Amino acid sequence: MSVLIFIDHSEGHIKKSSFEALTYGADLAKQLGTSAEGLLLGTVNDDLAALGKYGVTKINQVNNESLNNLDAQVYAKAIGEAATQTGAKVIVFSHNQNGRAVAARVGARLKAGVVTGAVALPKTDGGFVVKKSVFSAKAFANVSINSDIKVISLNPNSYKITAGEGSAAINQLNITVDAPKVKVVSVNKVKGEVPLTEAEIVVSGGRGFKGPENWGILEDLAKTLHAATACSRPVADAHWRPHHEHVGQTGIQIAPNLYFALGISGAIQHLAGVNRSKVIVVVNKDPEAPFFKAADYGIVGDVFEIVPKLTEEIKKLKGIA
Amino acid sequence: MKILVCISKTPDTTSKIAFKDNNSKFDEAGVQWIINPYDEWYALVRAIELKEKDASAVLHLITVGGADVEPIIRKALALGGDEAIRVNAQSDDRYFIAAQIAEVAKQGGYDLIFTGKETIDFNSSSVGGAVAELLDMPYISLATKFELNGTTATVNREIEGGEEVNEVSLPVVISCQKGVAEQRIPNMRGIMAARTKPLKVVEPAAVDQLTSVVSYETPPPKAGVKLVPADNVAELVRLLHEEAKAI
Ligand SMILES: Cc1cc2nc3c(=O)[nH]c(=O)nc-3n(C[C@H](O)[C@H](O)[C@H](O)COP(=O)(O)OP(=O)(O)OC[C@H]3O[C@@H](n4cnc5c(N)ncnc54)[C@H](O)[C@@H]3O)c2cc1C
Ligand SMILES: Nc1ncnc2c1ncn2[C@@H]1O[C@H](COP(=O)(O)O)[C@@H](O)[C@H]1O
Repeated sequence: MSVLIFIDHSEGHIKKSSFEALTYGADLAKQLGTSAEGLLLGTVNDDLAALGKYGVTKINQVNNESLNNLDAQVYAKAIGEAATQTGAKVIVFSHNQNGRAVAARVGARLKAGVVTGAVALPKTDGGFVVKKSVFSAKAFANVSINSDIKVISLNPNSYKITAGEGSAAINQLNITVDAPKVKVVSVNKVKGEVPLTEAEIVVSGGRGFKGPENWGILEDLAKTLHAATACSRPVADAHWRPHHEHVGQTGIQIAPNLYFALGISGAIQHLAGVNRSKVIVVVNKDPEAPFFKAADYGIVGDVFEIVPKLTEEIKKLKGIA
Repeated sequence: MKILVCISKTPDTTSKIAFKDNNSKFDEAGVQWIINPYDEWYALVRAIELKEKDASAVLHLITVGGADVEPIIRKALALGGDEAIRVNAQSDDRYFIAAQIAEVAKQGGYDLIFTGKETIDFNSSSVGGAVAELLDMPYISLATKFELNGTTATVNREIEGGEEVNEVSLPVVISCQKGVAEQRIPNMRGIMAARTKPLKVVEPAAVDQLTSVVSYETPPPKAGVKLVPADNVAELVRLLHEEAKAI
């Protein structure tokens, strides 16, 4: 009996969301009085033993390069077998893109109850109840998992990474890996930018910016803060910004530490994608804009005037200017 | 070609979210029900487009739910599709729902199964993957584009900070989101036609419920916004640094 944490990676590096999952899984194992182990499919350039600092004692690896691309069917089978070989009773994923592809598949394979979008450690006194985000972050549900094996996927940015001392043992698993049926033809990633779902700070613009030619000041602010950029839906629909920047109910849901909503009205469908942000700053020239009700800090003002000043002041703070 | 689209019902996006019976149940009072936007705008519309291109294609809709889902499934049929299947069971457990869909799909022999990215009430993103596993089919999640060339599908899949272009042979299960299609409005002809389209009701297969909702909570309200005058941007930066410790 142990907790097995799926370690997600891309381009040779482990994702930040996996450090959250490792910490979460290790804390859960402590709570259950058992051990936590990681599972890595494929190969990375990072030091696996060093993952011990998140509290896992062992990293299981299926060292097979064909696993460097995700095929949900192949992954689910390999993860299922790894769980059986290691005697895992709880399997933890991050509820990121790859987690959404495989967590429920692994659950169905092992006949394990699945709760996705967990935001806290389960309550394990008596039962096994996981708190998850529902209604696009407007509420939480406490969901009991009633099966012997349990699958949890953790919402990104909702569990604090803690790193201590320690080194993990590496264990190569002997698992037959099926030939993938899904072929990856190409990968289109925006180079050099911080991925939106992993960003600590997000700078987001709405129709208040009037047109795509005005995004320079927003990008300057984002660059100064090492932030990712986002936008409201009408902005993406009008092709002012790429679709993958669209946040909200029908776009990407994010939970950064800091969210700047610039020239965005704060419609309920927009808020549904961003209201898990820890701190929300709103700049809007309309004092009645609904976003102010969801904000922590705000300025009633014109983005064309305020945003460059913000960049300037932050540069001063960081000693850049 | 046979296509199956999974349709779920959700509260309208502007519904007030409240709970009753000691926070154990969602309060449906005054709630408008709609087709889950991901199912309607993307999964269903894309399937309809495929059928428009290939006159021999058969398009079925499936929903797992009580009789109260029928107005929703009729609304979906008004957009398109040949017939609908309702599995007469009510459950919050995604494995149970997926197993019911898989059971029907096994008999239907579908080449293509579309789901939405997630329901906007439970936000699980689970049913599609579980259906694919139970049918031992490939699964591509979070599709932003879907093209079909004979029996080969080219699918763009969302990844962190971008997209991956995937290629796969049918049969396959796909979860759809924005980009896959554009929202359509049902027309009068569709609405009339939907009234006479077959809506089959089947009883659920015996499947275990692996999870159950114990209770709901609503987050504590925000303390209220701290407004900083427009001529004092430095103060905002100071607050973000010293008070919020966010920069
Ligand atoms: C089912 C459904 C799903 C949806 N999903 C999403 C979603 O996922 N994401 C999303 O964003 N929207 C979504 N929407 C749309 C949403 O309802 C709003 O229409 C949208 O969020 C508005 O975008 P906006 O705030 O950029 O534009 P607007 O509503 O036009 O607001 C622009 C704001 O900018 C302010 N402004 C204008 N000029 C300036 C200036 N110079 N300086 C400062 N402020 C200025 C204005 O006061 C206003 O508040 C959805 C709608 C529906 C019905
Ligand atoms: N009760 C249901 N009946 C039919 N399809 C469903 C049901 N619940 C979810 N789905 C489908 O599965 C998708 C993902 O839902 P979920 O995994 O619950 O977030 C939805 O967008 C629907 O396409």
